[in-house]
Formats: sequence, C-alpha cells, structure tokens
Amino acid sequence: MPSDLTATAAPAPPGPLRAFWRAFRGNRGAVMGLVVVSLIFFVAIFASVLAPHDPLEQFRGFSKLPPFWVKGSDPRFLLGTDAVGRDMLSRLMYGARVSLFIGLAVMVVSMLAGVALGLAAAFFGGLVDVLIIRVMDLIMAIPSLVLAILIIAIIGPNLTNTIVAVTIVGLPRYVRLVRASALAELTKDYVTAAKVSGVRKFRLMTVTVLPNCLAPLIVQAALGLSDAILEAAGLGFLGLGAQPPTPEWGAMLADTRDLMISHPWVMAFPGLAILTTVLAINLMGDGLRDALDPRLRRS
Amino acid sequence: MFRFLLKRLALTIPTFIALMFITFVMIRLVPGDPIEVRKGERGISPERLAQLRHEMGLDQPVWKQFLDYANGLLHGDFGTSIISKAPVLHEFLTLFPATLELTLSAMIFAIVLGIPAGVIAASRRGGVYDQTLMGLALTGYSMPIFWWGLILILLMSNTLGLTPVSGRVDLIKFYYEPVTGFMLIDSLLSGQKGAFLDAVHHLILPMIVLGTVPLAVIARMTRSSMLEVLEEDYVRTARAKGLSWARVVGIHALRNALIPVVTVIGLQVGGLLAGAVLTETIFSWPGVGKWLIESINRRDYPALQGGIMLIAGIVIVVNLLVDMLYGLINPRIRHAK
Amino acid sequence: MALLDIEDLEVTFRTSSGQFRAVDGVSLHVDAGEVLAIVGESGSGKSVAMLAVMGLLPWTAQVSARRMAFEGRDLLGLTARERRKIIGKDIAMIFQEPTSSLNPCFTVGFQITEALRTHLGLDHRACQTRAAELLQLVGIPAPEQRLKAFPHQLSGGMNQRVMIAIAIACNPKLLIADEPTTALDVTIQAQILELLVKLQADTGMGLVLITHSMGVVAETARRVSVQYAGQKVEEQTVADLFRDPRHPYTAALLAALPERAVGRRLPSIPGVVPGQFDRPPGCLFAPRCALATPLCHTTPPPRREGALCHYPLHDGIAQGHPGRKETAA
Ligand SMILES: Nc1ncnc2c1ncn2[C@@H]1O[C@H](COP(=O)(O)OP(=O)(O)OP(=O)(O)O)[C@@H](O)[C@H]1O
Ligand SMILES: [Mg+2]
Repeated sequence: MPSDLTATAAPAPPGPLRAFWRAFRGNRGAVMGLVVVSLIFFVAIFASVLAPHDPLEQFRGFSKLPPFWVKGSDPRFLLGTDAVGRDMLSRLMYGARVSLFIGLAVMVVSMLAGVALGLAAAFFGGLVDVLIIRVMDLIMAIPSLVLAILIIAIIGPNLTNTIVAVTIVGLPRYVRLVRASALAELTKDYVTAAKVSGVRKFRLMTVTVLPNCLAPLIVQAALGLSDAILEAAGLGFLGLGAQPPTPEWGAMLADTRDLMISHPWVMAFPGLAILTTVLAINLMGDGLRDALDPRLRRS
Repeated sequence: MFRFLLKRLALTIPTFIALMFITFVMIRLVPGDPIEVRKGERGISPERLAQLRHEMGLDQPVWKQFLDYANGLLHGDFGTSIISKAPVLHEFLTLFPATLELTLSAMIFAIVLGIPAGVIAASRRGGVYDQTLMGLALTGYSMPIFWWGLILILLMSNTLGLTPVSGRVDLIKFYYEPVTGFMLIDSLLSGQKGAFLDAVHHLILPMIVLGTVPLAVIARMTRSSMLEVLEEDYVRTARAKGLSWARVVGIHALRNALIPVVTVIGLQVGGLLAGAVLTETIFSWPGVGKWLIESINRRDYPALQGGIMLIAGIVIVVNLLVDMLYGLINPRIRHAK
Repeated sequence: MALLDIEDLEVTFRTSSGQFRAVDGVSLHVDAGEVLAIVGESGSGKSVAMLAVMGLLPWTAQVSARRMAFEGRDLLGLTARERRKIIGKDIAMIFQEPTSSLNPCFTVGFQITEALRTHLGLDHRACQTRAAELLQLVGIPAPEQRLKAFPHQLSGGMNQRVMIAIAIACNPKLLIADEPTTALDVTIQAQILELLVKLQADTGMGLVLITHSMGVVAETARRVSVQYAGQKVEEQTVADLFRDPRHPYTAALLAALPERAVGRRLPSIPGVVPGQFDRPPGCLFAPRCALATPLCHTTPPPRREGALCHYPLHDGIAQGHPGRKETAA
C-alpha cells in the first residue's frame, strides 16, 4: 500500500491561478457570496427591465401594503408599498443600482488615487512621503462618518458628493496598503536587479513593483466596496446622502421611522437589502483574501 | 520606552496643526457669507457687517486669523454655538459623558464577548463553533447599525416591551443632578430606588447596537491572530512541556495573539465615535454624536467646527494611549531603545 | 526493555494538493542511557518523526505505526490527557530555533518554572530555587538575574541553554534534541553539544540527537540511523557505519566529510531530496545515486543487510550489482 500511494501521489504543483481558483472554490461561503453578489449586480443592471413598476410612481390608495405572504397584500405589489404608495420591490431594485454605483465609483476612484499616492510616497520618500502620510493620518484621526458629515456640510448633500466624501474617508487604507507593500517589495532583490539594469523610475513603479502589490489591493477593494456601501447608506439614513425621492436604501430607511411600529415591513426590507449586499461582498472578500494569501492556503 | 512615547507624542503635533488648519479652512468653505454663516443670521446690514468683520478679526490677513484661531484653541476657546450662544467647549463637555458612557460600555461589551469568541473559534478551527461564530461575526461586521438599532427597538421594546426606546433614564420617574455625567454612577449616587436599573435598561440596546461592529472585528481579529500564533514555535514548546490545551491557548498563545488585537481595539475608537453618531440619533441619546447631527441640520457651523476638532483630538489621544498599552503587553517594544 | 520503541511509523500530511507522506515506515529504538543519532538532509522527515512521538504535529498530519511505545506503554492509544503526563516530564524535546521556540511575552524564569509546577507540583519558592539551579546546570552565569530576563534579551546560545534547562527540568528519561545547534555560531555549537552529552552522561537519560552533520554523529552517538526522504535507509553503530557504510547514500554523506575527502575537490551529492511533486516510483535515492540501475528506478528496494537498497554496499562493493565484475552471481 505505501508504494502505490507514493507512486500515484505525485501530481504537478498547481499554477498560481489554478491554485487560487481551487482555494476560492473550496470556500463555500465565498462561492455563496459570489453568487449573491452576481445576482445583485444582475438586478441592478437590469432594474429597468425587471422592476414591475416605476420606483417613483405613487399609487394612490395602495400605500403601506404588506408583502405578499401577509394578509391584506396586493399581488401587484409583491413586497408591498411604502408610505406614499410606491412599490417596494421596484424601489429596492433601483436601490441596488444606486448603492452599487456609489460603491463601485468609490472603489475605482480610491484604487486609482490610492495607487498613485501610495506609490508616490513609497518611491519618492522624503517630503512627499511625510506629507502624504500625515494627511492620511489626519483623515484617519477623524471618525469616518464624522469626516464624511463635515465634507457633506461643506459641499452639500447629493449623490455625487456622497461619492466624494466616502472616497476621501476611505482613501487612507488604500494609500497605506500600497505604500507598505511597495516598500516591502522595494527591498527585494528583483527590484534591485531592475534598478541596476537601468529601468526608469516610472516603469519600475508601475511595471515591476505594482503587480506584486496587487493581491492585497484586490482584497482591500472588495472590503472597500462593502464599506463604501455601508457608509453611503449611513449618510443616506442621516439625510446627508442621496436626496429623496432617489430610491437609496439608507434614505428609504430614514423615511420609515414613523411607520416602524405600525408597518414594520417598510423598514425591514431596505435594511435587509443593505445587510445582504454587504454580507455577500464581505464573504467574497474573505474568500479572496484566504485564496490569495498562500500562507493560509496550505491546509 | 520613554523615548518611544516621546517620539509618538511629537508625531501627533503636526497632525494637530493640520487638524486646526482643516477646521479653520472648513468654515471658510461653507457656502454663504462668512459672517452670516458664523452668526447664523441672514441679511445683516452693511454697516453692522463691517463692524462684525472687525470684531471677529476677519479684516486681518489670513495667516493672522489662523494664528488667532490656533491660539484660541490652545486656550480652550473652541468658538461659540450660534443656537445656544454658549461656548462650544462647554456644550461638548456637558454632552460628552453620555457619549463616553455609551462608547465605553459598547467597547467593554465588544471585548468581553469578542475575545473569547475569537479564541474559541480559533481553537476549534473549521468546526461547528468556528463556522457559527465566524458567520455571526461576519454578519455583525456587515450590519448597517442604524437598521440593526431599529430592528432591536422593534423587537425588544415594542414587541417584548423589555427595554425603553430612547433617552438615558426615565425622566418622569427619576430626577437627580448630574454629578459625574455617567448615568450609571449618578443613578447609584442619587440613592433613588430603581434608578440604576432603569439607567441600565436604557443603556443596554444602544450598547449592543454600537458594540456589534467592534465585537465582530475583535472576534475576527482574535481568531486570525490566534491561528497565526498557534503555528509559532513557542506554542510547540509550550505543548512539549505537557501543558493543558487551555493553558497553551489561554496563556501562551493568547498573550501573544492579543498584541495585534489591542491595536485593532484602538483603531475601533474612531469607528465607535462614528457609530455613536448613528446610535445616538436612533436612540435619542443625548451625546455629542446626536448634537453634531443637530448642529448640521441647524447650520450651526461653529459648533460643528469645534466639535470635530474635539472629537479628532480625542481619537488622537486615545490612539496614543493604545500605543502605550501596546508597549506594556509586548516586552520586545518595552525594552527597545 | 527499550525506552522508546517505534516500528513502521508513517506520517501523512493532508495538503491542498493531495496527501504527502513525510515519514514512511521508519523504525527505531532507544535504550535507557543510550545516544541515538538520526542524520539526513533537510526534508528527510527527521523532525516530523520525532514530533509524532511527542504528539506535536499539526492537525493536518495523520500518524500511524505498527508500534510506538515508551517504556512499554503504547503512545498512540493514549488520550491527550494521559499523553500530557508523559510529555514534558518523561520525554522532553528541544528544537532547532532557540529564540523563536521561547515565548517572547514571558520571562525565562516563568517558562522554566511552568514545567516544574505542572508536573512536579512544586510551590513558588521551590520552583524559583530549582529554576536557578537548572540555569546553573546548563552553564548560565548569574542565574537569579537571568530568571527575570526575556528571551529577546538573551543570545541564541543562551536561549538554547534555557531550552535545555526547560527540557531537563523534570529529569526526563528521554531527551529528543532536534538539531539543537544548527541555528548557532560554530563556537557555541560545540559548547551546546558538549553540554548535552555531559548532561546525558550525568543523568543517564536516553538521548535522540537529530543532526545534519556526520561530524556531530561521530563525536556524540553510539548508534546512528540514516534517514532519506522519509525513509530510514540504514542503521548501524557509529563505528561500523563509518568503517563500512551499507547504503550508497550514507557512503556519499561520509565521502562529503572534509576530513575524508581523497581528492582535492570535496565530493558532494548532486540534486536534492525529492519533495511532494517529484517522488520517484522506485528507490527514492535512485535519481541521485551513482550506482542506480533500471531496477532501482522502477522498483522500491527491499531492506537488505540493514540497508534499504537493491545493492547494499559491503566494504565499498555493491552486492549483486550487475555493472560490477565482482558480483556474486
Ligand atoms: N505541517 C506540514 N504540512 C505539510 N508538510 C509538512 C509539514 N511539516 C513538514 N512537512 C514536510 O515534511 C517533510 C519533512 O520535514 P521535516 O521537518 O521532518 O524535515 P527534517 O528532516 O527535519 O529537515 P530539517 O533538517 O530541515 O529540519 C518536508 O518535506 C516538509 O515539507
Ligand atoms: Mg527538522
């Protein structure tokens, strides 16, 4: 028995991408997260096709209807209606669009700015580094939501400004991450080799070092996406985010505070939508992290 | 150790200066006439405007204005609220104990539950406990706490009638002068029967709501740090001594695993204050978070300016304290020159 | 009765890319008062085999053996609690990296007294006295002050002495030293080895010394077991092994000793120990063996004359090797 085991147990070591996918696939939570996230993306993209009603249309006489499984519901409004008779399901679907748009916009801008600032700090060092790091420290010193509120107070509450505020608030994590991994890479031999062989600085930064900082950056992007969605919803809840009647999940929740006791459904759904989305993204992000971190992959 | 602290302390100075600068610039960026913004009035006559401008030093060069502002801050002058006409520092200090009580209890709640949860999950890696606890932790981490608060109110207060919905204590039943500002302590000091229990009842839901995210973060961090430490050589040595699993995990591994957890706990302070804004709004908790939101809604920019300055200052100081604690539990740093 | 008696020990790791057998049918025994050396290149499964004895392998490892007994007690059948009564008391182990093997958060004194309190139930006073005594014993000057030191305040050699003090705290009957000197300076290496041999002689405990170095083997052990890629390829007394190695691998190891080199160039063994992905189907040493035949490459070797080889050496001559004239057909 020992000999045949040794004979067969000699597979080729898997390539990095295969190993990543294998590790990711083996994580049930992560796969579930991926499926749910894809579904939410699908709904967000095709909201205009999938939604049974216009999210802004107020159906008189149909306000505060419960969802379909509760008595007194109307089959035309599957998840019921809100205080002014707008269809809950349609609003949730369009809300996915708003939330994901904010999240993705924040993520993309943060990535670009974070990579630029982080690499600049790592490569130029000296004053540039100190300046960037000080500013990031400052941003981190102010509680995220408080800083976002401050920014909104200055530039005014609307969808674009939500993106601006949430991006600024989350930026330090990207910058520090890129800077730290770039600094770690810079000490390695292959960078020295590249330097010695006369690779120009900009090329060194982007072509040689950046790809090696990518793994943690991808993980950060996933977690940053969920953070941004939560943060934006919080602002919306405080009335400082997207303004009514935009079907934004946080703002939808804020509307329902008076109805909470008499019509709990109106409150339950938007929150559930936020929780599900954020949870699914986080599950996926955790899976990404575990799969990209070879130290954790071993067992 | 001392030099390390001194260095850390010196590093916060530029941060403070930058902070002053930002809050200084902020009030100048707010749309509208600077005087009107600061006085909260509209349509002030030109003569009075000139007079006010002079009074407030706005006719000085900008750098002089900044120095005056910084000087004021250093002497405890954080501006005057438009609405209450009271000094911002005074208002802040009156409300801050409520926030402190809430955040402290939320933090204790998070630590007391989070660390054991993380340890249990790590020592049962891959098992049912691990999966359940980490599933819950991720849910908590993903929780929109404003919704979580509403759900808990709906469940605990309205359906079950267990806890009150808002405030810090039932003001109709109990009244006493604030002594420490901490309702739990003041209620005890007042000697009124049931007051303490009432205060606890009021505190419990906001505490859970605010503590949920840090609880999740601490549990997750403890677990991953623990898993890492459990692979260390010294854990193998401890096991080679024939120590019980509880001792290996609870003493040898935990002590080392806590080092990054303390850092994470420190980093939660900012998050807690941010969460306090939402929690206090939901539970009508009379703290600085709710006050900040109200200031925005009333366009009380001086209050906002001073409040943010104070909150950021607190976060910076707390992070400094965490660094000190870090040195205390990590001998390698304590002995570093 | 042998102190430690192992027969056909197998350790398999579950890895994400399949099963990996790190120890493959290793047998050995140690008598009381005896020094057994285990030699072999990096990755030959020496540490894993001994960690299996201690029960210290990670959960991804599966251990099986026909027999694994300490003083006649079956170790595999013990519950964790029963095993902990033996581990640290009757069997102790020291490791390769002294500094990372000590807990950075606790003082040296705490880490020594811990074993005393657990196994001997000594009170605080007695623990302190004994700990200082132990430090004295392993040659650390000013022991009372050293007890309050943290591992990072001591040198690597000092830390290894502390590890030894921890290991011998409860007067173990068997000490397993896993490359105790590899991570140390050359001058310190000799001191630590000397200390170990002296302690072994004074207390009469059994000692298993894992090492890379044939030189260390010659100086310390009486019997030696040579391991290669998880298998024991040969076992002899040290004197016999140096005089007449049976396995080509052992012969190559010996030839690589500087003092035995014949030509002007030091011979070395080409290639590396096979890992998880390049295990040959036949003899595991075949790809690197100068004497390998097609048979060696295809068929796992039998154990002949104490060596795991198709053509064991005898006075430098491969028995039954087809390529040699002297073959006894
Ligand atoms: N936890 C583990 N999971 C998977 N494989 C492992 C694990 N621990 C050890 N191995 C593998 O087992 C093999 C034997 O390792 P071992 O540490 O026993 O070698 P060694 O002979 O002690 O080498 P060294 O001289 O370097 O200490 C190695 O190939 C190693 O990769
Ligand atoms: Mg080893």
